[in-house]
Amino acid sequence: MDNILSIVTFIPALAAAVMALFLRGEDAAAQQNAKWVALLATTITFLVSVIIFVQFDPANTGFQFVEERDWIFGLKYKLGVDGISVLFVMLTTFVMPLTILASWGVSTRVKEYMIAFLLLETLMLGVFMALDLVLFYVFFEAGLIPMFLIIGIWGGANRIYASFKFFLYTFLGSVLMLVAMVAMFLDAGTTDIPTLMAHQFSYESFSVMGIHVLGGMQTLLFIAFFASFAVKMPMWPVHTWLPDAHVQAPTAGSVVLAAILLKMGGYGFLRFSLPMFPVGSEVMADVILWMSAIAIVYTSLVAMVQDDMKKLIAYSSVAHMGFVTMGIFAGNQQGIDGAIFQMLSHGFISAALFLCVGVIYDRMHTRDIDAYGGLVIRMPAYALVFMFFTMGNVGLPGTSGFIGEFLTLMGVFQVNTWVAFVATSGVIFSAGYALWLYRRVVFGDLIKESLKTIQDMNAREKWIFAPLVAMTLLLGVYPALVTDVISPSTTALVETLNTAVAAADLGSSADVTVAASH
Amino acid sequence: METILLFAPLVGAIICGFGHKFIGEKAAMITATGLLFFTALLSWIVFLTFDPSAHENGTYTVNILTWIQSGALDTSWQFRVDRLTAIMLIVITTVSSLVHLYSFGYMDHDPQWKDGESYKPRFFAYLSFFTFAMLMLVTADNLVQMFFGWEGVGVASYLLIGFYYRKPSAGAAAMKAFIVNRVGDFGFALGIFGLFFLTDSINFNEIFAAAPQLAETEISFLWRDWNAANVLAFLLFVGAMGKSAQLILHTWLPDAMEGPTPVSALIHAATMVTAGVFLVCRMSPLMEFAPEATAFITVLGATTAFFAATVGLVQTDIKRVIAYSTCSQLGYMFVAAGVGMYSAAMFHLFTHAFFKAMLFLGAGSVIHAMHHEQDMMNYGGLRKKIPYTFWAMMIGTLAITGVGIPLTTFGFAGFLSKDAIIESAYAGGSMYGFWMLVIAAAMTSFYSWRLIFLTFYGTPRGDKHTHEHAHESPMVMLVPLGVLALGAVFSGMLWYNSFFGHEDKVGKFYGVPYAEAAHDDHAKADGHDDHDHDDHAHDEGHGEEGHDKGHDDHHYVFAGKPGEGALYMGPDNHVLTDAHNAPKWVKVAPFIAMLLGFGLSFLFYIVKPDLPKRLAEQQRPLYLFLKNKWYFDELYDVVFVKPALAIGRFFWKKGDGKTIDGFLNGVAMGIVPFFTRLAGRAQSGYIFTYAFWMVLGIAALVTWMSIGGGSH
Repeated sequence: MDNILSIVTFIPALAAAVMALFLRGEDAAAQQNAKWVALLATTITFLVSVIIFVQFDPANTGFQFVEERDWIFGLKYKLGVDGISVLFVMLTTFVMPLTILASWGVSTRVKEYMIAFLLLETLMLGVFMALDLVLFYVFFEAGLIPMFLIIGIWGGANRIYASFKFFLYTFLGSVLMLVAMVAMFLDAGTTDIPTLMAHQFSYESFSVMGIHVLGGMQTLLFIAFFASFAVKMPMWPVHTWLPDAHVQAPTAGSVVLAAILLKMGGYGFLRFSLPMFPVGSEVMADVILWMSAIAIVYTSLVAMVQDDMKKLIAYSSVAHMGFVTMGIFAGNQQGIDGAIFQMLSHGFISAALFLCVGVIYDRMHTRDIDAYGGLVIRMPAYALVFMFFTMGNVGLPGTSGFIGEFLTLMGVFQVNTWVAFVATSGVIFSAGYALWLYRRVVFGDLIKESLKTIQDMNAREKWIFAPLVAMTLLLGVYPALVTDVISPSTTALVETLNTAVAAADLGSSADVTVAASH
Repeated sequence: METILLFAPLVGAIICGFGHKFIGEKAAMITATGLLFFTALLSWIVFLTFDPSAHENGTYTVNILTWIQSGALDTSWQFRVDRLTAIMLIVITTVSSLVHLYSFGYMDHDPQWKDGESYKPRFFAYLSFFTFAMLMLVTADNLVQMFFGWEGVGVASYLLIGFYYRKPSAGAAAMKAFIVNRVGDFGFALGIFGLFFLTDSINFNEIFAAAPQLAETEISFLWRDWNAANVLAFLLFVGAMGKSAQLILHTWLPDAMEGPTPVSALIHAATMVTAGVFLVCRMSPLMEFAPEATAFITVLGATTAFFAATVGLVQTDIKRVIAYSTCSQLGYMFVAAGVGMYSAAMFHLFTHAFFKAMLFLGAGSVIHAMHHEQDMMNYGGLRKKIPYTFWAMMIGTLAITGVGIPLTTFGFAGFLSKDAIIESAYAGGSMYGFWMLVIAAAMTSFYSWRLIFLTFYGTPRGDKHTHEHAHESPMVMLVPLGVLALGAVFSGMLWYNSFFGHEDKVGKFYGVPYAEAAHDDHAKADGHDDHDHDDHAHDEGHGEEGHDKGHDDHHYVFAGKPGEGALYMGPDNHVLTDAHNAPKWVKVAPFIAMLLGFGLSFLFYIVKPDLPKRLAEQQRPLYLFLKNKWYFDELYDVVFVKPALAIGRFFWKKGDGKTIDGFLNGVAMGIVPFFTRLAGRAQSGYIFTYAFWMVLGIAALVTWMSIGGGSH
């Protein structure tokens, strides 16, 4: 199968098209059909993607399964995966069937809902596989639309505000990226990503309007891409769209947003910023490290005072993404391995936490923490699952949450001990907000009248959590499953970075030499 | 065998936690307990048959699975067995198996639960899971695996403190324990990062080998350069402070008494809280090169021993008294480790586990008898009602206060190990440590006897009904007390020579090479010929077994290199010898302090029972200061908790709300309301139209770009 990547990418879209064309009516049977078609399509997508994973050769640091053909306007349609992207593809195909299952209770515009999710899957997979700048941009931006619709149509009371905020933040961030892409094309004469990764963009420092730009062109291009990816991550201080989007999004929307969409920013840094603008990355690294450290502490503190469960978890997501950016811009093996690991792990854990909120939201129709308390008495299975993922969220060793946090912190310690110090304090705060949430919702006596008849999780809900529990534990105990796949690629990336930075000789701080020597 | 030993408790936890629905509660609990006794049996076999000289460096490892690998970082799930591990194995599994057994009785009819609520299998599952995590901690071959066990026991502790989840105080205490421990872990983690940064490894062998270089290395950490060994040792010790409830990070331990009493005995007395001491001893090769850090450890340990003892004087909750006593005794252990006498620290850890677990289980038996009344002011005269418990508590008290015959090695366990520490403190040159510990010994004696007198002597106080129905506990609770009593009486005498005998004995016990020293100086023996020295020393050792104790001073010195043997004592570390040669008054001092404490307690609570009250009224500020535990909780609330929440609220409302949403993205936010109005009828499907226009917009941009690019 030469075109397996295309197959995986377009199965969901195909299913969406079939649904749009042939599925008629709004009755219960049609709704049921829509759900089953979506579940089937996402499951098949996952199963086919397993073939990619099995056949993937980790030792090969180049792109694999590459497909290339002509597209419109002389552009190229080019897909491929390497050690960095293949696991994001897997994460996407793994999470999507679960989100469909989690949406089983949706009752309005079910067909459109499922179409939106299926299209979203195609676009997200495209982002992780695209090897052409234009193709990437199309997938990257078009992915906003289904998400925008999911929030705007199936969201909560304040969904319009949240969906527009989501759209404008992420879209405006990308405008600069588009400009940079044009500049890159003019400079390199191609939009082919592997070629661009090998292309050396100028890093001669110059002055514009009296401002000295260290790292020159590369720094400017870096900043343009950064604007887009930072919003996507989201990084402090452009993170405020995320809590609103999460709060208003339906459960499955939050799951996709947290588990996959947020990873596009981190993936972008690894695919574009670091390999294409190594000098620009180096110039900006300190600033970004500090933004990450601030994000971790700031959003953790904010999470502590939230009354809305989803908002709390959303802020916690921002903090966890802080570890990711920190690891990436530590620029060493542990940092980057840790960042990728943290993204994957967060994909499972945050998805599960949003699902946990969804379970009780479906029953009580409120996300207000004060409306709960003592759930353990009537919902022991739920209490267990929620406890498990709370511990994953605070980075307990033995869960996947630990590995990412630990590696990124270890990476950044080698570069900047202050940042490491501030960021490590995040482990205290995360325990603070996560356990406090758990205590208020699950522990205590069950005294609220409204909760006296609440039911524990049903079989469907348990089956949604089972794979997430399994992955969180498995990656926590045997992280080599991930590191074996990514290491060759990340090692190559670190080498590229170090060579470029050493060659550029910014003549500056000890940080550079430290980063290079490790 | 080691693998079975380690995983049996985990299997027990899983069977008990998830399998009780299939095999029944009773069967599940018996399975978990049976597996624990099996583990204990294996541990004793390991401990008794372990021969350090049969293995290189007195250590062997068992590899299970690779774990975190990233660049130079290479960690595995790998077990390390040496003498330190072996000691911890028997401490953990012995106490744990007995606590499992005891819990059959103690947890049988718990008034906290309603009829039909299943809580027992959950309790046993947590206990077994805790044991597993603790075993992982002590068998770790690298710091990250140790950190796994370290946090694992933290979670088990969290779950067990919060076991009575209906009680808000239990939930609060559980959370506090976890978070305060996280503060410690923060330091621990930074220490691990620093060690990796400098040594490119987090495996013990490599770190130990690199320790001498670390002493010569400067590390830039935060605002200045530091001596690497000192700052890293200090950071690791911050972790130990959290886990072992040392001053500043001690506040969680008394609150942890919210958990069921068997938990207090197992986790918060005998095992988990000693993990910090274990960590310092495990890292002895690093500590020996970190004089400033170890000086800090000594001072902090001594201060904690003193502080906790003062608070223990006035508490009336029987479990809190013992909790503060634990805190204080842990301080003793740190003093020993701080002055370089790691073996004495391990000795006290070992004996303390027996008598403190027994005191807690005894207290549990009293509480059980008194229908869950914990205030000693409502006890009194229980001696006749619960005689076995009384005798167990008595033995425990004799052990903790250190009763024995001065200047001999004949006495209760605490007598030998505590005096060993006090002598070491003197010999190690820490006069502050020495005097603090002697004073604390007097106070230990006072509050321990106070507990006995208030509980078992005098006239019954409090609810008459409860006193009338006071009953002795069932056999499943008394048998563990009896077994632990054996430990409290004999463990000190039996293993004195191994832990605190002469260098050859101690060296042999830990697998630390030792050599014959010149009579008049402490010159380091030539390190090249360790094996020769070893053999030679062995011969000598055999020949001298019959010798008088005081006779062979300075015959041996430790001659290992870092990483050889379970402990490392540097060439300048003569604390053991000097402790043996300490002046007589030093050796007798703790005994006198003990008598003094007993005398005062006798006067206060037997002869003149109204005296304490009068004194409390007379010295009201001092009394309140102690009663309120030096106001640490109040201070932390004002300094840390409230500000953190206030800052969080400030960031949220002012930072996110006003500044970022309001200003930084003013443009975007100006547009949003406009769009919001436009999209007012979004539900009716217009929103799809807008989305469509957006797709067109993107397409147009792409087209423009590709055409523009093509013409270039």
